[in-house]
Amino acid sequence: MTKQVFLTGLLALGTAVALPAAETINAAGATFPGPIYQKWFEEYHKAHPDVQINYQAIGSGGGIRQLTEGTVDFGASDMPMTDEQIKDVVTKRHFKPLHFPTVLGGIVPTYNVAGVNTELKFSGETLAGIFLGDITKWNDAAIKKDNPGVNLPNEDITVAHRSDSSGTSFVFTDYLSKVSPKWKSKVGANTSVNWPVGLGGKGNEGVAGLVKQTPNSIGYVELIYAVQNKMGYGSVKNAAGNFVKADFNTVTEAAAGAAQNMPDDFRVSITSAAGKNAYPISTFTWLLIPDKIENAAKKKAITEFLKWMMAAGQGDAQGLSYAPLPKTVVSKEEKQVALIK
Amino acid sequence: MDRIARRNLLNNIMLSLTGVCTFLTVSVLFVILGFLVWNGIGSVDWNFFTKLPLAPGELGGGMANAIVGSGVVILIAVVIGVPVGFLGGIYLAEFGGKTVPMMIRYTADLLNGVPSIVIGIFAWTILVVPMRHFSAWAGGFALSLMMVPIGLRATEQFLRGVPNSLREGSLALGASKTRTILSVIVPAAKQGILTGLILGVARVAGETAPLLFTSLNNQFWATSANEPTATLPVMIFTHAISPYEDWHRQAWAAGLVLLALVLVANLAARWVLSRGVAAQRG
Amino acid sequence: MAAPPQSRARKFVKLLVNGDQVSHLVTLLFAGSVFLVTVMLVYQLWIHSEPSRGKFGFSFLWKQVWDPVTGEFGAWPFIYGTVVTSIVALLISVPLGVGAAIFLAELAPPRLSNACTFLVELLAAVPSVIYGLLALFTLVPLMRSYIEPFLKKTLGFLPWFTGPAYGLGYLTAALILAIMTFPFIISISRESLLAVPREQREAALALGATQWESTWKVVVPYARLGIIGSVFLALARALGETMAVTMVIGNNTSVHASLLAPGYTIAAVIANEFTEATDAVHLSSLVELGLVLFGLTMVLNAMAQLLILATTGKGSKRD
Repeated sequence: MTKQVFLTGLLALGTAVALPAAETINAAGATFPGPIYQKWFEEYHKAHPDVQINYQAIGSGGGIRQLTEGTVDFGASDMPMTDEQIKDVVTKRHFKPLHFPTVLGGIVPTYNVAGVNTELKFSGETLAGIFLGDITKWNDAAIKKDNPGVNLPNEDITVAHRSDSSGTSFVFTDYLSKVSPKWKSKVGANTSVNWPVGLGGKGNEGVAGLVKQTPNSIGYVELIYAVQNKMGYGSVKNAAGNFVKADFNTVTEAAAGAAQNMPDDFRVSITSAAGKNAYPISTFTWLLIPDKIENAAKKKAITEFLKWMMAAGQGDAQGLSYAPLPKTVVSKEEKQVALIK
Repeated sequence: MDRIARRNLLNNIMLSLTGVCTFLTVSVLFVILGFLVWNGIGSVDWNFFTKLPLAPGELGGGMANAIVGSGVVILIAVVIGVPVGFLGGIYLAEFGGKTVPMMIRYTADLLNGVPSIVIGIFAWTILVVPMRHFSAWAGGFALSLMMVPIGLRATEQFLRGVPNSLREGSLALGASKTRTILSVIVPAAKQGILTGLILGVARVAGETAPLLFTSLNNQFWATSANEPTATLPVMIFTHAISPYEDWHRQAWAAGLVLLALVLVANLAARWVLSRGVAAQRG
Repeated sequence: MAAPPQSRARKFVKLLVNGDQVSHLVTLLFAGSVFLVTVMLVYQLWIHSEPSRGKFGFSFLWKQVWDPVTGEFGAWPFIYGTVVTSIVALLISVPLGVGAAIFLAELAPPRLSNACTFLVELLAAVPSVIYGLLALFTLVPLMRSYIEPFLKKTLGFLPWFTGPAYGLGYLTAALILAIMTFPFIISISRESLLAVPREQREAALALGATQWESTWKVVVPYARLGIIGSVFLALARALGETMAVTMVIGNNTSVHASLLAPGYTIAAVIANEFTEATDAVHLSSLVELGLVLFGLTMVLNAMAQLLILATTGKGSKRD
């Protein structure tokens, strides 16, 4: 009996291996745009049944690493690759990774303060002070100055941050580095930093859970996460001096300023962007596409997808709380598609 | 109170305490099961077993590919891990001397204690990177590394449990050692070995970390074992950490299904074992 | 009558089946592959941790900083967190587990005993992710709102129970680890207790001992080595547990004396940072942490191995 079971199992395995593989393209990278990428690849597959793009959100750094090792066909990242990382890919894989911005997103400060039901306003220095551990109580003078008339309790602030490395942390710390020289020198910007104070939650849900459950706490999450979970979040003071709440319009405006001076390789940070109503903690997110794809079928599929993404795909953005790309960026990107050989 | 009464009182107190300990430890399982059922039972529907996962916000998706994928990955793990555990256990129990078996046992225990994430990273380094793609093979290999120590231990333990009289009888009849092992000792220890192997499967069925960098995950059906494959533990992980309420419910449902499958495997192991024991007595 | 002459092929097959050298070799190869794979694993850990080993040397083991931005890494907060959570976990689970094992081996009727053991062994099969999520939703609020304030009120004069009650921290992680180690301790201790010969118990009772005294003073010491062996196995599991711990420990890279404070373990930081670490020193520091954990496990397993070797001398179940 066991012999028969064993042989059947081997046969099944054999067939599994022998079946011809459909045109599957594997990609991995950032979790931040994960939801919209999943929707895009699903829609695209419905429109083009012979193309399967399997995207897995393992993190921006993960996407860069897998692209460098050649285990995926393309990657995705919330942060632009550094020159060193690009050189690494060129050396190991003999192609240059091209950055294609896909959508825009925002990161919001979310909080849970006893007795406060109105929206709180945060200036950059205040946020930096809280996350540095310099501002320790909710009724600190700095917070009170930003929020006149709000009854803030005399309670300790519990800070929540990400424990896992993430593009979200990178953008948030990038913003803090721009508005606070002390943050820049003491902590710096990276996917993973040495947080001076606070509890680490794993992923957005870890931070959100921490904030929800811990009284008098504050954390940072992606806009989409706050919206989907109906969490309250505050507004942030931008470079122009206005307190701006993150939404479709304010995030788009942050990109509009950058669109004017977009570098050719699209690697740009738009935190603390100029603009009257620009939301200061905004970011592009990029697909990292090789500029040389040997497999003709894969190349066709990827280039067709990119064109679709820049046109029809942008329509999905708002529904999932992302902002679509400004038109000037799109037209510049279309030229970059031609660079893929 | 005289000494005897005091000792009797202590007796009663301590024995009741042990009962309390048992109650506390066993009740944890019921809490877990209850929680999963409460939160996940609503999402365990026909769609769950037949449809592919859908993007967040779209209803009617399922985890059919993850259920099959888990099956494929575990099958690969079994094909690799069971022979190694079984034959290795035979070596340790029947053939080995003193030092070599001790070394092998020690390293097997070490392997047992390695964090699952390190095993995943190891499998990534030696399989995924050279092959240049994620695959169910790599995932199965990583899981087999975690299965082998359990199978090895169980096989050796139950083979050693077979009375020497059986061995000596067979050898006295002129059978070679190999024939003795194949026809006499292994059948006698068959049930115990099977239990060990099934427990090994149960343990790896729920492991997530080794699969994250090896079989990755897949929104679609994987058409061969050479592609990234969806599995239940990884699906649970990605759905549970997402922002979406219906994905959370699906995660609980997947957890319930996974646990149910493991429960069935465990029950099967116990049933086979008890039948075997009864048959031996009779 | 003589057997008919056999073909060469049949002779060869017969040699294989009857030839003990062949099966000795085959089984040795399979067993040896386990050794080989483990050596490969250690080798990989060794070579991939070269950048940080070269940069920090042995000071890696006691440095307290973990800063990916400046490239300074030290293992001490993680070693501390791993050891503290594992030891506290054992302090909780060993008394409970051995108590339950005593009940199941000595007091419970056989059917109840088998049923309960089966249920407890199922705990071993629950995925770690589910433990973590469950703990997040049930244990953490419980700790924050009731248990930790209670501990602070009653035992707050001790340095181990000071600081704010977050609900996350060393203590919560230790609790979840304790639950995850129950199956090992209960199952194996119960087996060891059942293996103690009846004569021992009967002798004690005949001398006038109460059942508790017979159990505690005679049976348990007799099974002592098996029970201790189970504790070491549970410890090995606790040291390497990843998912559940990272969800409830607070993931803070500093060292605190208080059990109520957030902390970090080796396995948790590897899980959190490995996928995103692109800087060479960062990556190699994470791998080196894996090597450190391996070293810890080696030491503990050596002790367990010796103890279990000694156990098979006493009270084993051969005929």
